[in-house]
Amino acid sequence: MSSSHHRIAIVGAGPGGLSAAAHAAVQGVDHVLLEASPAHAHTIQRYQKGKHVMAEPPVLPLRSELEFAAGTRESVLERWQSGIRASGINVRYGCEVVAIRPRNPTFLLEIAGHDAITADAVVFAIGMQGNLRRLGVPGADLPCVQYQLDDPDEYSNEVIVVVGAGDAAIENAIALAEHNEVVIVNRSDEFTRVKDGNLKLISRAIDTKRLGCYYRSNVAAVETASGAARPYVLVLDTAEGEARIACDRVIARIGATPPRRFVESCGISFPGPDPTALPTLTSHYESSVGGLHVIGALGGYPLIKQAMNQGYEVIEYILGRDIRPADHPLLEEQFRALPFGLDVDATLQLMQERVPLFREINPLQFREFIIGSKMLRPAKGSPVFRRNDYTDTFFVILDGSVDLEIGDEDSHRLTLGPGQFFGEMSLLSGRRRSATVIAGPGCVLVESPRREVLKLINSVDAVRLQIDRHFVIRAIRTAFAPGASDEDLAGVASGTRVNEFRTGQVIFAEGDAADTLHLIRSGSVAVSRNIGGREIVTSYVAAGNYVGEMGLMGRTRRIATVRANVATETISLDAGSFDSLLAKNPALRQKVQALVRERLAENARLAAQPQTGDIVSFLMQQGLGEATDVLLIDESLCIGCDNCEKACAETHDGTSRLDREAGPTFARLHVPTSCRHCEDPHCMTDCPPDAIRRAPNGEVFIRDNCIGCGNCEKNCPYGVIQMAAAAAPKPGLLPWLLFGAGPGPGENPAARDRKDAGPKKAVKCDMCKDLAGGPACVRACPTGAAIRIGPEGFIDLVRLSDR
Amino acid sequence: MHQSILAYRRMRYLWIASAVSLAAIIVYALHRPAEPPNGGTWLGYTLGVAGTLLIAWLTAFGIRKRRYSSTLGSVQGWLSAHVYLGAALVVIATLHAGMQFGLNVHTLAYALTCLVVASGIAGVWLYLRYPELMSRNRVAQTREQMLAELVDLDRLCSRQAAAIGGEFPDAIMSGRDRTKLGGSAWALLAGRDGSQLLLPSPAAGGPQQERALPNPSQTRLLDWLGARLAESTDGERTRQIHELMSLVGARRSLLDRLRRDAQIRAWLEAWLYLHIPATFALIAALIAHIIVVFLYW
Repeated sequence: MSSSHHRIAIVGAGPGGLSAAAHAAVQGVDHVLLEASPAHAHTIQRYQKGKHVMAEPPVLPLRSELEFAAGTRESVLERWQSGIRASGINVRYGCEVVAIRPRNPTFLLEIAGHDAITADAVVFAIGMQGNLRRLGVPGADLPCVQYQLDDPDEYSNEVIVVVGAGDAAIENAIALAEHNEVVIVNRSDEFTRVKDGNLKLISRAIDTKRLGCYYRSNVAAVETASGAARPYVLVLDTAEGEARIACDRVIARIGATPPRRFVESCGISFPGPDPTALPTLTSHYESSVGGLHVIGALGGYPLIKQAMNQGYEVIEYILGRDIRPADHPLLEEQFRALPFGLDVDATLQLMQERVPLFREINPLQFREFIIGSKMLRPAKGSPVFRRNDYTDTFFVILDGSVDLEIGDEDSHRLTLGPGQFFGEMSLLSGRRRSATVIAGPGCVLVESPRREVLKLINSVDAVRLQIDRHFVIRAIRTAFAPGASDEDLAGVASGTRVNEFRTGQVIFAEGDAADTLHLIRSGSVAVSRNIGGREIVTSYVAAGNYVGEMGLMGRTRRIATVRANVATETISLDAGSFDSLLAKNPALRQKVQALVRERLAENARLAAQPQTGDIVSFLMQQGLGEATDVLLIDESLCIGCDNCEKACAETHDGTSRLDREAGPTFARLHVPTSCRHCEDPHCMTDCPPDAIRRAPNGEVFIRDNCIGCGNCEKNCPYGVIQMAAAAAPKPGLLPWLLFGAGPGPGENPAARDRKDAGPKKAVKCDMCKDLAGGPACVRACPTGAAIRIGPEGFIDLVRLSDR
Repeated sequence: MHQSILAYRRMRYLWIASAVSLAAIIVYALHRPAEPPNGGTWLGYTLGVAGTLLIAWLTAFGIRKRRYSSTLGSVQGWLSAHVYLGAALVVIATLHAGMQFGLNVHTLAYALTCLVVASGIAGVWLYLRYPELMSRNRVAQTREQMLAELVDLDRLCSRQAAAIGGEFPDAIMSGRDRTKLGGSAWALLAGRDGSQLLLPSPAAGGPQQERALPNPSQTRLLDWLGARLAESTDGERTRQIHELMSLVGARRSLLDRLRRDAQIRAWLEAWLYLHIPATFALIAALIAHIIVVFLYW
């Protein structure tokens, strides 16, 4: 094929790329759509058969030459396929773009195995999956080599070699070993960086010889073996020399090149090193390299409809037309409630001018941020949120004012005005609100969900710095000096440092010189003491509190070791800064001394009961340090009736969100597989429709706009999320009792597997937040074995059950 | 914090039940009816009505337990009250009967009441004692995990037996195939092990006579392996048999634990097979008792 030139080259035939190409084709613009895989919409092609694809967000209108509506994977793909034909897209499959080089004024696109092409403008629509790494050895293109495994039950009685040592490789190997002889090839001498569960599974399978394993081995070649029992031979370079495995199939799961690295190699810059940071883009999706455009998930828009709209819009922009984005009506609707009387663009501009925090944000990101936010006009005197609420949204004041009430008494009031923000304490720590906020006259607020703000913090340095600085000042004020003004505390704040600790890392050790105090900003810590040669955990301290005050009061040595339970951030305050605080606030000394006394008494009590510390250590090892509310079962009371599971299923669409029997046990305390409502929930990290939220009382729950992608199920380290469809409604109790109309209460948990079930969505414990009376599992336990408790209660729990 | 059903809310229902019983006893003791104490006096009727209402409420526990979204107290509170007030029913029923017993439907209702309460007390005892035994026996493993481990051990035993060769694979396979878990209700409750073993005939050349021998707790298989171990003179073979024995030993203790688990679970449910049918029989007898009493008034 000869080298060719196009007006627009579109990389990636996902929803965004397809929509862009379709619009270019309909407009009669010279274009080419390059797709690495052999078919369109590679990610959706890999969904399991019949999976329901959702069209979120429902309020956003679709703007594309291609059709798209919620439906099965097959119907969605089929519509796009016919759209590709109808619109006359110039698509080239099997063309993996490996490099893009600016050649002013055009771009040179290098394609693996094909001639390079040139284009005036490039649209990146490559999504977040990345390109799968290939074996790259002689014979790697033989038909027995595959990089995907859709259905392990498709194969039986084969010899299959799985190459790779990650979660995907392990999961494939274990599933295939049911009906095949499986060998796994690992480049290093152990399995690291995999989930705990998978590590256990693979170690056990290898120990019991259910599958073979080659360690420290690299694939050298794949060869055909004509006439042999198995048609292929995989040649390995092992530490002991060459090894040859006769096999039917080779499945290589050796990871993917992260798309970010590829994008960076094209010269596109990112604002920060955080993996969630998004490339810097203009409001026309143009990156820092003029002519290179980024749309879809890679640009921070993970939903299909968003990507399709952007595909359409980016072509318009490249053609020099300045159309209004599809989300324009959404913003108009949002701003209707505002008292400014301005149009959308002027309102956005006013916001960015008035609020220093918003100034550095690029217009495209700001637009997205505002769409994700809510405009509020609370009546004067009404509370925006109350102290100890569990909400984690973030507020910016556009107009009017609010009053903050810090501490238990309302003697300490603080007024914030236009341009200022609040709510960052709970946002960063995942803990309860530390103050009550009351709306003042003419108050206009922007309320933004946690995820939108975190996206900004990770992408825009200026936002992170401002929020950090305020966080420190307010944290010090809340903990030590409720009456002090920002100016008073600015001096103290400048003497602080933000420290990060990994899980298990020691913050300070018993015997160290005591010269700093740590205010825990996020995460939690365990305090332990060496008693009789053993380390005994004496207390648990959550975000928003402080540790290390004992030493500071008397300037001595540490009398306890403090360790991070989970990834933890602290703000450390040195002795000098602390003294200046003490000088400003004489009551503080008494307050801190009271806390010191209380902790010393606690230590003395625990020293007398060392096994209490053991149990607390066990609970911490189960990751309960990052929990806010956890289900604990006393096995000396549990009769195994599973009424808890039945109650859960009966009150939640037929699927129990807890598994009573599974989970570890220590000294009669059993930690069932059930959501702990983590402070900083892992499940929330990658939810495309932002369906996972935290309710005011702390419940982490999944809203109805879940698209069933399964990311949260994978991200939860405790395995408490499952994908399930709602079960059919059951007859009432009396018809069942009197006439045998089944299934009865608590019966037939498999009702959810019926054929006509709706789409599967993620389900998890919502702590029965919508039920009067609280968690059904606890209320249904006949023997009192099940309780729900926060980590603060662990020490009491253990001590009481010892009696 | 965790609290047993007896200790629930500082034994609130024990005090209530005791107060009700004590009040009934005192009134009964002070009561001087014209005729001997029986169900027909004003006190007898009062106690009878109270007992009937109590039985109706105690039975309603079965409904409350299944009303998963009910906010009417917690199931634990209900059970605690069910236990204490159920025990008080015996006092009320006895006083209601005025100690008059005979071979009639009235005494049948009374006897059934006692049977229901007695089985309930047995249930309370099981509920308080067995969970801890079950937990200790399971050693933080679920039943499914234990069964998965059994499958693994079976695989390892077969592999090891195949490596030794000779009559070993047959012996191990027969031990595996004739392992029994579960069985009749009686076998479950007694924790009886009906496993058997077919041993290869020792007399080579003689007629192939195989007999299934009882193999409780895999002891016969372990004995047989022990004998082979003693006979073995080859160092490598001795090591292999030894390895096989320890695998079979591990399998034995796992089987014992599974059987014990099934036994405990069976006991935790068994008493209900008396308690619930007896309750329904009681209700039937109670209705007959009430109708008869009013018919012959």
